[in-house]
Amino acid sequence: MIVSSNITKKYGQAEVLNIESLDIPKGQSFGLVGNNGAGKTTFFNILLDLIRPTTGTIKNNNIIVNESEDWKTFTGSFIDESFLISYLTPEEYFYFIGDLRGMNTADVDTFLQQFEELFNDEIIGKKKYLRDLSKGNQKKAGIVAALMGNPEVVILDEPFANLDPTTQIRLKKMLKALAEENDVTVLVSSHDLSHVTEVCERIVVLDKGVIVKDINTSTETLKELESYFAV
Amino acid sequence: MILHFLKLEWKQYFRSSYWGKGLALKILMVFFALYFIISFLSIGIGGYYILKKEFPDQDPLQLVNSFLAFAILGDLIFRYLMQKLPVMNIKPLLILPIKKSKLVHYVLGKSAFSFFNFMSLFFYIPFSIVLVKEGYNSNGILGWFFAIFFIIQVVNFLNFLINKSNIAFWAIALLTAGLVAAQKFQLFDVTVYSQQLFDAIVANPLLAVIPLIIAGILYYINYLQLRTKVYLDDAVATKTKEANSVDLSWANRLGDVAPFIKNDIRLIWRNKRTKTVFLMSFLFLFYGLIFFDNPIYREKMPAFLLFAALFVTGGFTINYGQFIPAWDSSHYKLLMSQNIRYRKFLESKWFLMVAMTTILYLLSMPYLYYGIDIFLMITAGAIFNIGFNSLFLLYAGSFNRKRIDLNKSGFSNMQGTSATQFLIIIPLMILPILLYWGFNTLIGQNAGLIAVATTGVICLLFKNYFMDLIEKKYLKDKYATIHAFEQKS
Repeated sequence: MIVSSNITKKYGQAEVLNIESLDIPKGQSFGLVGNNGAGKTTFFNILLDLIRPTTGTIKNNNIIVNESEDWKTFTGSFIDESFLISYLTPEEYFYFIGDLRGMNTADVDTFLQQFEELFNDEIIGKKKYLRDLSKGNQKKAGIVAALMGNPEVVILDEPFANLDPTTQIRLKKMLKALAEENDVTVLVSSHDLSHVTEVCERIVVLDKGVIVKDINTSTETLKELESYFAV
Repeated sequence: MILHFLKLEWKQYFRSSYWGKGLALKILMVFFALYFIISFLSIGIGGYYILKKEFPDQDPLQLVNSFLAFAILGDLIFRYLMQKLPVMNIKPLLILPIKKSKLVHYVLGKSAFSFFNFMSLFFYIPFSIVLVKEGYNSNGILGWFFAIFFIIQVVNFLNFLINKSNIAFWAIALLTAGLVAAQKFQLFDVTVYSQQLFDAIVANPLLAVIPLIIAGILYYINYLQLRTKVYLDDAVATKTKEANSVDLSWANRLGDVAPFIKNDIRLIWRNKRTKTVFLMSFLFLFYGLIFFDNPIYREKMPAFLLFAALFVTGGFTINYGQFIPAWDSSHYKLLMSQNIRYRKFLESKWFLMVAMTTILYLLSMPYLYYGIDIFLMITAGAIFNIGFNSLFLLYAGSFNRKRIDLNKSGFSNMQGTSATQFLIIIPLMILPILLYWGFNTLIGQNAGLIAVATTGVICLLFKNYFMDLIEKKYLKDKYATIHAFEQKS
């Protein structure tokens, strides 16, 4: 589904990303881990055509992302708060994204019903703007919006940060189900090793922009990762 | 400890985004500041002589004294609307080992030095100096000056006490209005008492101690009140407004630009700065009054009339249009990762500008009073605004590289301003004026108006062609814009 070849990104002399090749097949749940500055967000930003790579190309379902924009129809993403429109209420935000993804108001309402538990009565109908929600609730809204319109690829940067434990568990279940049942390609990055190992079938470790590990998740993976990061 | 606070203030001031601007902008702002200071100073210095000339049989000081009561009430109302106690500043200090009483003194003490307290001194100081020079008793004037200085502090601290209550505000507003009305209908003349009071201070300078004592008492009441409220769920609480969702489903008829238009309407209405821009555009409607009534412009400089005519209908287009797409800078990445055509985003902005120009044009009908030629001029200006200016501003917007924080206030907020904003004025204003001026001098007034209007119509006819060019430019600059909008100043 996602094929990246010879991707590098340089700012002046400093190279922040250098990935020779990385293929992510359809329906895989893929985890990206690494310390701050490892290049996780940079990789996602390049994949979303928000920044240009210095060299190389990324294909999303055979579409080169910086040549055509057709990949946008089947790709949902949430990177950070700048993906929220701060002066909208969550409902208005969902309707707006729904509009862009070809869902009418009724579609959006039905879609949102399945998240009633997740929202825990704190998001819908609260007469609050997104900018006034807590960090965790903002994140919930952003993640749910990324899932709108049956995307085939879902990209989430640090989805577990700021979430309460119940939501973390629910989110893990949701992401797993997406990959296993709906054949959605799920890309997440995280600092939380146990969450990633639980959700992802495959984990890639980045360090200073370079892939240092590419693991198919097994029962030993968490230990392996912990020992790698314990320096 | 005070030294620490002073250091914080120093850094807060010089590291604020206020100073992080380009050189040209800084120079311009210094000019503005100088302009205001000089105008206040000249009123202060010249005020005495002007009053003397206009009212030769009255004493200028007594005249000023008689109206001080109104000045003080007006100041209080102005502050009620504009000035808030800056409590939020101490939030990061709350968990440090500093006594809360000290923090409260810091906040209150700081407010004593606020800009509001010094603004009017630019008038009072030179006025007092002139008075002394003109032979008034210098002790009396010194006492008078200090009395006013302390009264300003009284107003300062009184404002913080009444600021929480709407009733207090309406009481003061009604009192002021009542006094003005009573004055007008000669029922009760407050100026007499105001004059007696301040004359007494000039005669007895030691009376200036009374406002000082009142200011001290008010400070202490403020202190007692605030001291118990320095909690995150009380005085230091972040205020959130309840969302007001207005039904915008009527916009759905506009087709596939509808989601963007709905979004833009909410953007304008729910953020301070855009709201100011929106409301200001109605003020621009009155801009013509300054020019159209003046025979000098009518006879000698008709090109200036066109300048005014452009502003009458163009207030919104110019003020909103010049910051496209920076209004959306905080969620620009979202828009770029969604399945949208950039064209729709631009079309919605264009639609808004055209719709607002049309509305303002309809509202400008009363200008018919000044004659059909003036109204034709406004019409030509409106056509030019719709045809040329909206498209041109969209194009110019692709050069905008400054982020705008929507939550910051609208007044005198220059965030997002760069050289672009100054350069675009040339084609925006100068081009139509030159067109008009050229055809007007060569052929005649109607030819001038037709030339301006035709330019607008031609642009409108080729709108799709120009839109294609504009869209391409935006897409080409996409990465640079995303990068620039991430930089917070």
